[in-house]
Amino acid sequence: MRLRTASALAGITAIALAATACGGEGTGDSGGEAAAGTLVIWTDPERADAVEQSAAAFAETNGIDVSVNAVAFEDMQGDVLNAYQAGNAPDVFIGAHDWTGNLVRNGAVQPIELPQDRADLLDSTSLEAMTYDGQLFGVPYSQENIFLMRNTELAPEAPRTFEELVEAGSALKEDGEVSEVLSMAVGQEGDPYRMNALFTSAGGYLFGQDDTGTWDPADLGVDTEASIAAMERIAEYGEAGEGVLRRSITTENDAALFFDGEAAFFVAGPWNIADADASGIDYAISPIPGFEDGGPASPYIGYQSFFVTEGSTNTALAEEFVTNYVTDTDFILDLYAADPRTPVQAEALESVSADDPNIGAIAEAGTEGMPMPSIPEMGETWQPLGVAQAEIVGGTDPAKAMESAAATISEQIGE
Amino acid sequence: MAASEHDSAGAPSGAPARPPLPGGRFAPGTSLTAHVVKIGLLGLFTALGVWAVLPLYLAGHWLGLAVAAGVVALVYHVYLSKRTVPAKYLLPGVLFLVAFQILPVLYTMSTSVTNMSDGHRVDKQQAIASIESLSVTRTPDAEEYTLTVATAGDPETGALVFLLTDPEGRTYTGDEEGLDPLPTATVNASGRITGAFGYTVLTPAQVNARSAELEEFAVPTGDGAGIRSSGLSTAFEGTAVRSYDASCDCVTDSETGTVYTADDERGAFYGPEGDRLPQGWKVNVGFDNFARFLFDPTFASSFFGILVWNIAFAVAVTGLVFVVGLAVAMALHVPRMRGKALYRILVVLPYAMSSLAMYLLWRDMFNTDFGLINRMLGLQIDWFGDAWSARAAVILANVWLGYPYMFLVATGALQAVPRELSQAAQIDGAGRWQAFRHVTLPLLMVAMSPILVATFAFNFNNFNAVWLLTRGGPLSSENSTAGATDLLITYTYRLAFNEATAQYGYAAALSVMIFVIVSLISVVSLRRSKALMEVDR
Repeated sequence: MRLRTASALAGITAIALAATACGGEGTGDSGGEAAAGTLVIWTDPERADAVEQSAAAFAETNGIDVSVNAVAFEDMQGDVLNAYQAGNAPDVFIGAHDWTGNLVRNGAVQPIELPQDRADLLDSTSLEAMTYDGQLFGVPYSQENIFLMRNTELAPEAPRTFEELVEAGSALKEDGEVSEVLSMAVGQEGDPYRMNALFTSAGGYLFGQDDTGTWDPADLGVDTEASIAAMERIAEYGEAGEGVLRRSITTENDAALFFDGEAAFFVAGPWNIADADASGIDYAISPIPGFEDGGPASPYIGYQSFFVTEGSTNTALAEEFVTNYVTDTDFILDLYAADPRTPVQAEALESVSADDPNIGAIAEAGTEGMPMPSIPEMGETWQPLGVAQAEIVGGTDPAKAMESAAATISEQIGE
Repeated sequence: MAASEHDSAGAPSGAPARPPLPGGRFAPGTSLTAHVVKIGLLGLFTALGVWAVLPLYLAGHWLGLAVAAGVVALVYHVYLSKRTVPAKYLLPGVLFLVAFQILPVLYTMSTSVTNMSDGHRVDKQQAIASIESLSVTRTPDAEEYTLTVATAGDPETGALVFLLTDPEGRTYTGDEEGLDPLPTATVNASGRITGAFGYTVLTPAQVNARSAELEEFAVPTGDGAGIRSSGLSTAFEGTAVRSYDASCDCVTDSETGTVYTADDERGAFYGPEGDRLPQGWKVNVGFDNFARFLFDPTFASSFFGILVWNIAFAVAVTGLVFVVGLAVAMALHVPRMRGKALYRILVVLPYAMSSLAMYLLWRDMFNTDFGLINRMLGLQIDWFGDAWSARAAVILANVWLGYPYMFLVATGALQAVPRELSQAAQIDGAGRWQAFRHVTLPLLMVAMSPILVATFAFNFNNFNAVWLLTRGGPLSSENSTAGATDLLITYTYRLAFNEATAQYGYAAALSVMIFVIVSLISVVSLRRSKALMEVDR
């Protein structure tokens, strides 16, 4: 029976080994928990270091641990929702304000009560943008909007109207100075985000708003006469018309066209600034011009915000962090140093505008802007509206394209 | 008999008294080293089990706990028993198969019969909880208090008490009974109470440890309103506007008076006018998702259109890479050819480069105005804007990327076919083509047909091939969910993960369909290639 004994011995030894191993683990775990909870923050990699440093100070003040995890920004919403569903969501995460509706519908974020003195520091439009169904769901800290970047060597004057822009660009093109009148990404799937400035200037609208500024998903504007007329106006500049707007210009090549001097005007975003500085081109920033007889051209404004996850085990600290820390000037300036986005907090904005003239110019380009609607129905519009706009730029009948886009959107919203 | 086995197994290494056990010198009980390794591995495995069990125990997942314990017990049984020799070989593979192949398939199948999507991710309890907690609204013009969280008694178990300072500097205590003035309290410069007789002020970490209770805690102020905390240092008066009533299975909005009734078939609370509360829950919808793309006219036409293109794409790419790869291999197989090595390296280059980067390069080359292809050929083709040119472009790029592999395989297979055979055929009067068609090709096919089946299956689900080039487009405004070059897999991806509402249930149903289709194709083609091998014999 020696072997049986040997087997039994092997088993017992294995269990003993395991017991030692988990004994060690056990102490580690309980040691961590006794010290206090760990506040988990998810942020994109660009800002991770800045958040981590600032959060370290917060951790020290409150005697807790903070763990900052980097998650790619484009994956953030999906990852947070999946993690929430699985029960291991972060306590706090950075997100875009237009996710609010979808996050709320999934019950993944909790309302935040911002003390009045803190709220007063923040731009009121940014707070409205973060408000959904009468409740504030995140603390905004920065905003971004698109603008017109021009090559000042080729185009010294900022165009006041879209017609002026086309005229100046066409003249340069005829002289052989550039090959494109304007570099504005459209792509095969369209780009309603960039198109919104021209679309609103020509009188189009996506969703109606009530008196309090709440978006009304029932009032879909895509196939209204005004919106179709707006797209007809835009179609004049499409491939079948002046050839200013083209599907061959995409988000992949739009910046290259401008930096290579192939286009004097460029519909750009804050994310292009670093490359523009590096390219050595003399550039200036101005608002995207609207049509001569049209309304103001409203680019979408997006806000970056800190959200608190619903039902997190560290709610008290998470709320404390976003209400009193994220609104703090020093914290915002630290984040700005890591990733320069226009702050929405007054003191921080003042401080960075003094150092960087672009910030003021971008903010001015956004004065006519509108916060991107944050209702979940917004998500259903991007693809159909984009495809319709791309078709219209390509020469399809605007009425037909916008009507079928509206049909698709209302069908998807209805579900 | 058992005794003799034990004796021999325990005997010092030498001539065995019986045929060795399968596993040779790794058979159980043969050496001390084997024993030590075995003990180490089992110990490691047990540690893994304990590591998995602890969180399961803390979360109260009893089923998961039972499974983890069962697996550990099974592993112990198999590796400590002498009678389970075959199982010793099979168990690791089977465990991995179950964990990484079968469970995901089963999970996808179980998701495919639900309405899981944005707004329907959680169960009903969680949906109700979030409806109620999200409806707490601040009372208009309500006071804002400076808060200190304290307890009556022990910091960890004592009843929570709010020590509050209002904007005028008056101090209060608030507990579950209500609000009372607190005349004597130590207050710091910013008006925050730092100490009060009879109460223990909590540190931030201590407050945080009781977050769950704090979430529920409100100092009642009448009319369903209550003072709630926001962070560690502020409190405000608010009311939960919506409340759930189990007796009618409905949610009442006290502000508007609307009653939302639960609809357990659609998984949401619906009001009298058909409007719903945004937070819904996941419900079982049976085969609705399958019925939708099989019978709903719009979805069915998308689905079957994509299926046909999907098969055509896989067949075209497989066929073309085979023809091109074989042709190039034959050309470089000619004995008189010089510099073969150099040509072979050049031909294999596309295969050596990252296919992701190559797809993006091809995408840019197909650009209408700035792309290399149109510029070089002086064309004005809107490659990705038209359904047929986009399909041609996708196939072209994939053939370019795929043929070097086929070339490599064909070169190898050609070397194995003796030249004498086709020479003999030619002496017998066969033409070059006849010799190739009836002698070389059949011999090649023995080696190549499994590769062709694999290439077909790979291209059938070749997500990158389409997504990186056209993103499934061109889409049309009439049907902006299904594009002209969409494969089933890209279509599924768009449904599940695009900016619009994520429809996991529907996407899972499509995945199950893809699984069924690919399984069918594989079974059929493997049968056929088996038949081919038997003919060969």
